[in-house]
Amino acid sequence: MSHVMGSPDTGGHFGDFGGRYVPEALMPACLEVEAVFREAWSDPEFVTEFRETLRLFGGRPTPVTPLERLSEHLGLRVFAKREDLAHTGSHKINNVVGQALLTRRMGKRRVIAETGAGQHGVATATAAARLGLDCTVFMGELDTQRQALNVFRMELLGARVVPVTSGSRTLKDAVNEAMREWVTCVDDTHYCLGSVMGPHPFPWMVREFQSIIGAEAAEQLRALGVDEPDLVVACVGGGSNAAGIFAGFADSRADLVGVEAAGGSAVGSGVPGVLHGMRSMILQDDHGQVEEAESISAGLDYPGIGPEHAYLASIGRARYTRAADDEVLDALRLLSRLEGIIPALETAHAIAWLVREAASIPRGSTVLLNLSGRGDKDVAQVRTLLEERA
Amino acid sequence: MTRLDRELRDLRDRRRALVPYFMAGLTPNWTQYLDAAVQGGADVLEVGVPFSDPMMDGPVIQAAGVRALERGVTLEGVLDELARTDLGVPVVVMTYFNVMHYRGLERAAGLLASAGVAGVILPDLSLEESAPWRRAAGARDLATILMVAPSTPPDRVARIVATSQGFVYAAARMAVTGRASGDGEAARVVAGIREHGDVPVYVGIGISDPDQARHATRDADGVIVGSALVQRVLDGESPAELETLISRFRRTIDEGAPEA
Ligand SMILES: Cc1ncc(COP(=O)(O)O)c(C=O)c1O
Repeated sequence: MSHVMGSPDTGGHFGDFGGRYVPEALMPACLEVEAVFREAWSDPEFVTEFRETLRLFGGRPTPVTPLERLSEHLGLRVFAKREDLAHTGSHKINNVVGQALLTRRMGKRRVIAETGAGQHGVATATAAARLGLDCTVFMGELDTQRQALNVFRMELLGARVVPVTSGSRTLKDAVNEAMREWVTCVDDTHYCLGSVMGPHPFPWMVREFQSIIGAEAAEQLRALGVDEPDLVVACVGGGSNAAGIFAGFADSRADLVGVEAAGGSAVGSGVPGVLHGMRSMILQDDHGQVEEAESISAGLDYPGIGPEHAYLASIGRARYTRAADDEVLDALRLLSRLEGIIPALETAHAIAWLVREAASIPRGSTVLLNLSGRGDKDVAQVRTLLEERA
Repeated sequence: MTRLDRELRDLRDRRRALVPYFMAGLTPNWTQYLDAAVQGGADVLEVGVPFSDPMMDGPVIQAAGVRALERGVTLEGVLDELARTDLGVPVVVMTYFNVMHYRGLERAAGLLASAGVAGVILPDLSLEESAPWRRAAGARDLATILMVAPSTPPDRVARIVATSQGFVYAAARMAVTGRASGDGEAARVVAGIREHGDVPVYVGIGISDPDQARHATRDADGVIVGSALVQRVLDGESPAELETLISRFRRTIDEGAPEA
C-alpha cells in the first residue's frame, strides 16, 4: 500500500486539508459511514465481494492500451488506462459499487447522490438497480436541461431525478441539496458522494475504492515491460479518477500531474476554504463567497478539489495544471483520429495538457494517461462546439 | 464565561427568550426590522450573514441569502451597520464557517467583536473542527453557540453542552431551516441536553407560529424563529407588521410559561 497517499489522521485530515465540516445533524451519519467502511475494508469477504462485483458486473479489469500512433506523434511512450471501457463508461462505477455494497452492509435501503453531467448519477442508479436499492439523484436544473439524455438514462434505471433550483443550479448546488436531503433521512439512506470530496471519510473512502485503477495499471504496465512510468496524468474535477491512479504510483518516482479545467482550477486560482464538509482549495470571490466553475465539461465544473489533492500539491508530490476549452476539443479530435478512442471531454483535458507539454518532456518518456471515460455522452455537444468554431 | 453567557443566564431568571432571525441586507432598511423586533419583545437577535452555499438552510433563507448577495452584502458591510445601530439586546451572527475562515479566524473574530456582536452560530463548524475558531473568538469575548440535533448520541451531547457558550441550540427536527413546522422532537432533545448541564437551551428549526413557540418553551429556555419571519420580509411586509407578529409571539410565550 502506498505511503505518501496513506490514511488521513483520525479527524480525516491530509496535512492541513480535509476534516469534517458538517452540521451536527450529519455528524453521527458521517461517523457511522467511517466506522462501517473501516470494518468492511479490512473484512476480506467485503473486499472480495467488491472486486468480484467489479469483475463480473463492472467490466474490470480494464486494459492498459499502448497508444502507438499518439506516442509517435508526441515522441513519447504513452499508455492509457482504459476506464472508458468500464461499465457505464467511466471510472465512476468503481466508487458506486463500493458505496452501494456499504449501504447494504449498513442495513440502509436507499441511496441519494449528486450529479453534474450525469455520469455519477447514472453510475449510482446502475449500482442501486443491481443491488435493489432505491435511488434519488439531485441534479442542477441547468444540467438536467444540458444533459437530458442522462436524466432519461437514470429514470430507465429506476432512479428518481430531482432538479435543483437553488443557487447556480449546477453541481455545487446539487451537493448542497443532497446534503439537505440527507439530514432528513439519514436513518435509512446513504449519501453516495461522487468524488474524493466532502466530509471525512468520503475523500479517503472514495480514493480507496478508486485505487483499484492504479493497482491494476501498475501491474499491467509491468506486464508490458514498464517497471515504472515517468509520468502519470489524469484530469481533475473533484479528483477521484486522478486519486485512483495516483494511488498506484505515489510511492514511485513518477511525476504526478492533475489537469483541471481552466475555468475550474481550484489549485491554480483558488484559496483555502471550507465547502461541502471539507477544507480544501476553493474558488472564491473577494468576500469568501464560492465562485462557480465554468468549463465545457460538466464533470470538471466544480469550484473545489478533493482535500488530498490540495495536500499533494502543498507538499509538491503532485502538480496541478489546467487546460482550456479550445485545446481540449483539439485533443478530443486528435485521440479519436489517431487511436480510435473518443474520450470524454473531461479526459480530453489530460490529453490536451500532454499534447501541449510533450515538447518539454524528455523524448521517449513513459507516460500513463488515465482515460477516465468515453465520449459518447459528449458527442452531440462536441458537434455543436465544432460547428460553432468552424 | 462570556458576556453572552452571563446575559442569558440573567435573562433565564426573568423570562423565556425570544430570538428572531433576520437576513442581513435583505432590504435596504433591514436594520429597521431588528429595531422592530426589539420593540416587539425580542431578547436576542440572530442576524444571518449570507453565504453562497448555505448547506443547513431551506428554500426561504436560501432565497433571502441569494437576494442579499445580489444586493452586494458583505460581512464588513453588515458589521458596519450593526456597529451604528443601538439595539439594546445581544446580537448573534449566524453564517457559515467559510465566511470567517476566508478572513482569517483572528481577524474575523476581531471584526465581529468590534461591531458589538456577542456570539456566533456556524452550523457547518463541527465540534471536532471548532477549537481554533473558539480560541480566536474566546479571546474577543465572543460566544460560539453549538447545536445539538435529534441524531446526536448522549456522549456527544455531553461534549457539546460542555463546549457551547451563551446557549445550546436544540434542533427540533432532522431538517434544514424552514422545511417543516412544529416543535418536532424538541422535548426529547431538550431533555437530553438538560441531563448534561444547567445551560440555557433554545429550540429552533421549524418554529413558525406563536403556539409552536409556546409549546417549545414549556421545556426550553427560549425559541429561535427564522424562516417564518424571513418569508414575510421577502413578501414585502413592513417592520411595523413584523413588530406586531413578534409581539404576538412574545405574549403567547409569556402566557404559556410556567411560573418562574
Ligand atoms: C469521464 C469523467 N472523468 C472525470 C470526471 C471528473 O471527476 P473526478 O475528478 O472525480 O474523476 C468525470 C465526472 O463526471 C467524468 O465523467
